[in-house]
Amino acid sequence: MTQLQRTPLRDFHAARGARLVDFAGWEMPVQYRSILEEHRAVRRAAGLFDVSHMGEFDVRGPGAAAFLNRLVTNDVARLFPGRVLYSPMCYPDGGVVDDLLVYQRAADDFFLCVNAGNLARDLEWIRSQAAGHDVTVTDRSAETALLALQGPRAVAILQGLTATKLSEIGYYHFAAGEVAGVPCVLSRTGYTGEDGFELYHAAGHAVRLAEALLAAGAPHGLELAGLGARDSLRLEAGYPLYGHELSPEFSPLAAGLGWTVKLDKGCDFIGRDALLSEKRAGSPRRVVYFRTGDRRILRPDAPVLDAAGAAVGRVLSGTLSPILQEAIGSALVATAAATAPLAVDVRGVAVPLQLVRPPFVPLGRT
Amino acid sequence: MSSLPADLRYAKSHEWVRPEADGTVTVGITDYAQNSLGDITYVQAPKVGAVLAAGAVFGVVESVKAASDLYAPVAGTVVAVNPALDGAPETVNREPYGAGWMMRLRPADPAAPGALLDAAAYAALLG
Repeated sequence: MTQLQRTPLRDFHAARGARLVDFAGWEMPVQYRSILEEHRAVRRAAGLFDVSHMGEFDVRGPGAAAFLNRLVTNDVARLFPGRVLYSPMCYPDGGVVDDLLVYQRAADDFFLCVNAGNLARDLEWIRSQAAGHDVTVTDRSAETALLALQGPRAVAILQGLTATKLSEIGYYHFAAGEVAGVPCVLSRTGYTGEDGFELYHAAGHAVRLAEALLAAGAPHGLELAGLGARDSLRLEAGYPLYGHELSPEFSPLAAGLGWTVKLDKGCDFIGRDALLSEKRAGSPRRVVYFRTGDRRILRPDAPVLDAAGAAVGRVLSGTLSPILQEAIGSALVATAAATAPLAVDVRGVAVPLQLVRPPFVPLGRT
Repeated sequence: MSSLPADLRYAKSHEWVRPEADGTVTVGITDYAQNSLGDITYVQAPKVGAVLAAGAVFGVVESVKAASDLYAPVAGTVVAVNPALDGAPETVNREPYGAGWMMRLRPADPAAPGALLDAAAYAALLG
């Protein structure tokens, strides 16, 4: 049993009643009192999430922009200093290495935010692809903490702690500033579907920043929220999670992320040939999102059945939507089967899937 | 750990049993069980009239995390299930020993509930 990694807020969570679990090798709060209540607090007011387990890499040098545009499927040339881009990063066969955020600080200065579970593999992959490019890739993960403040009250809470004019930072933009005296990158991004900010800062300041946010947010209804609520919030918003809706096994086109694959961005990129072929021929399988009208949660890997009872796919994610009070989820299904009636067996009962286009609920941030 | 009601009997599988005045017993899951499961999202109850053997699966409780079987602490016939749990299964989290009860059984052997763990023995099991 290897020692779990800890964020600088591990004891902060434990002191506030968190249930700590192993998430991708990290000891992380899955909930503080109730996943469902924390979820509703984020939709109603605001939630504070510790996501310091995520990875941050600096990518710097005269070749940084060209290198990154070859590395990821979205168009890095659209960035400018202060702008953030979401993109998958693919293998040559079109399968997904990871999905990430690309931040441009200056002409030759970028940083990436990647999933904790993929951090080591991403770093190895990125460094192996950087050979021949005039770039330096530096892992900043250990010294960087990340707090996400999300929900309709997030901006009001944060504005009380910073001189940075938050109204001037648009969605998927960022700025350097101070929050409660702590130097931060204030990024208007998130994984809940609500308005809010993600605050990158030095690990040594994490406890001070978290305490200041929690105190300032209390009158607004801010609650600590764990990874359980983070997962149900992202699924309700229709955002993919690596290892579920994104995988080395299928492409971002199959995942419904065609908008992030810029085949015509004017340069070659890793996976382009395979993705171009798949776009022309059509994806053999695709990710669909469903609701059921029933409270029984459909669990990952449960077979998806067609009307004849034949397996045509599998569930990728499933939870109870705390807002809709019914089961929602995603599945990977054969494209040919995706227009016919589908069901998932739950303990002998065939629960029919109602395919929907997410988000499942109206979002503050769309 | 909250205190265990002294008037209940307990099964090692974390169900509790309350003997009622009419000879039936009420069955639910313990505070320890609901806390381990986390947010409860669905309770699949047995049918009224079902005849259960001791240790038989009588239903399923689902949480955000997982689905878990429920075991009959004693043999008997189901005489009632809790209708409130259909729409509000989270009642089990809030009041595991009260409004979150799951079924009422007429025991096949009236002496069987008395053979289950008392509060002190169940507390010792939890450690």
